Amino acid sequence: MGANAVINVRFTTSSVAQGAAELFAYGTAVKVQ
Amino acid sequence: MATEALVNLLIPLVLLIGAYFIGTAIEKKHYRELRAREHASRGFLTVTFPYQPPDQEAVDAMMVTGSVVISVDYFKRFLAGLRMLFGGRIASYESLLDRARREAIVRMKDEARRKGFNAVINVRLETSRIASSGGNNKGTAAVEILAFGTGVKFKRPATAS
Repeated sequence: MGANAVINVRFTTSSVAQGAAELFAYGTAVKVQ
Repeated sequence: MATEALVNLLIPLVLLIGAYFIGTAIEKKHYRELRAREHASRGFLTVTFPYQPPDQEAVDAMMVTGSVVISVDYFKRFLAGLRMLFGGRIASYESLLDRARREAIVRMKDEARRKGFNAVINVRLETSRIASSGGNNKGTAAVEILAFGTGVKFKRPATAS
């Protein structure tokens, strides 16, 4: 995507199935000049 | 006796093969549609922090949401069951969650656009397991992904001369 930073990153964890968990990291990709 | 055993073996096998082909076709179609809809809304500003353009003012704001409930197919559940013997990444669930998440974000953007907003700020994503088939709490029936944020309408203020 050409971004050089990810800001305001958040983590979320959830139990998706019995014995399986999902870890998800998301944030906003930005291009810093 | 022998025919009964054969039928008991055959039914899961037919279900597995059917779920594989139909599930794969549905997934491919969904990804095709997602790519097109993401492309259509690519210019729409969606950020995870409270953004305020310095030269514009917010004239309207309201919460917008996008929710998806997605179910796992018989074949993916079988693959996940195998994986759970030894542990590790469950790739068959990863593609499912990826589809759900992208769908939720696209739905949120669509709602924001429909309501006349220019951007969605402070976006957050939540995942939750909704219910399991049967009462024994085994297997995943459906996963819900919710994307929510604040839709805002920006306007360039009239410059005082």
